[in-house]
Amino acid sequence: MNQWAFVIGAYALTFAGTGIISLLSWRGMRGAEASAQQLSDRT
Amino acid sequence: MHRFANPARFLKIARPLTVWLFWPGLALLLIGAGCGLFVTPADYLQGDTVRILYIHVPAAWLGMGGWTGIAVAALMQLVWRHPLAAVAGRAIAMPGAFFTAICLVTGSIWGRPTWGTWWEWDGRMTSMLVLFFLYLGYIALANASARQGNGGVSPVTAIFGLVGAVNLPIINRSVVWWNSLHQGPSITLRGSSIDSALLWPLGFTLIGFTLIFVAILLMRMRAILAQNKIEARMQRLARG
Repeated sequence: MNQWAFVIGAYALTFAGTGIISLLSWRGMRGAEASAQQLSDRT
Repeated sequence: MHRFANPARFLKIARPLTVWLFWPGLALLLIGAGCGLFVTPADYLQGDTVRILYIHVPAAWLGMGGWTGIAVAALMQLVWRHPLAAVAGRAIAMPGAFFTAICLVTGSIWGRPTWGTWWEWDGRMTSMLVLFFLYLGYIALANASARQGNGGVSPVTAIFGLVGAVNLPIINRSVVWWNSLHQGPSITLRGSSIDSALLWPLGFTLIGFTLIFVAILLMRMRAILAQNKIEARMQRLARG
């Protein structure tokens, strides 16, 4: 049993997941803050 | 704490802090993971699979730490009526659930070559799985109460967060209370049973993941506060 396959699998999942959740949170924040700013400029 | 009850004051601090936490966190994480993968020796018994420790332990710490944060936020919401506590509780839930899932998956991947099984219904693994389900329940309740228009979580969701905290000491003591495939506590306040030649990169990944977790929490709190602002303005516009 190649132990490195398990190690690489665990690291790949963790890093991909952390990257995705960071990116989604960042995009959600930027989108909401930009919309709030646009609305406050308009009114 | 009440100094930060004003969202404007909170945002003034949170905006620069998000960046200051995220990038150093990522740097520490990459250093720790790189050293854990390529610098430390393989364990004499577990071989190279011991390297999963550097991501599994921080994920477990953040899964449990996340729910501790939810319980503290719930207490602040219910007792002191802190206006940001409900927002913080809702913002913690998703990254907390994610790291709990990572803890379960990396533990399972480690278990296959080490124990010869992907899963065992023992105390530690089962109580961690219960924590994951508690997170899912909390997220569903938080989303339902957010749709009612307050942006944060309802008092019922906060009470669920407080009651769910009863699972935390069970997770912590599970390897002592029950016979388990999972090893006993390796790192305690009195020291560590892991050799220092293997242990040191864990400090980097633990701090790195924690900084990233807090940065994600701040991003999600900022998003909720901006949505609240939009909602309030739309209501004012609708009223004319």
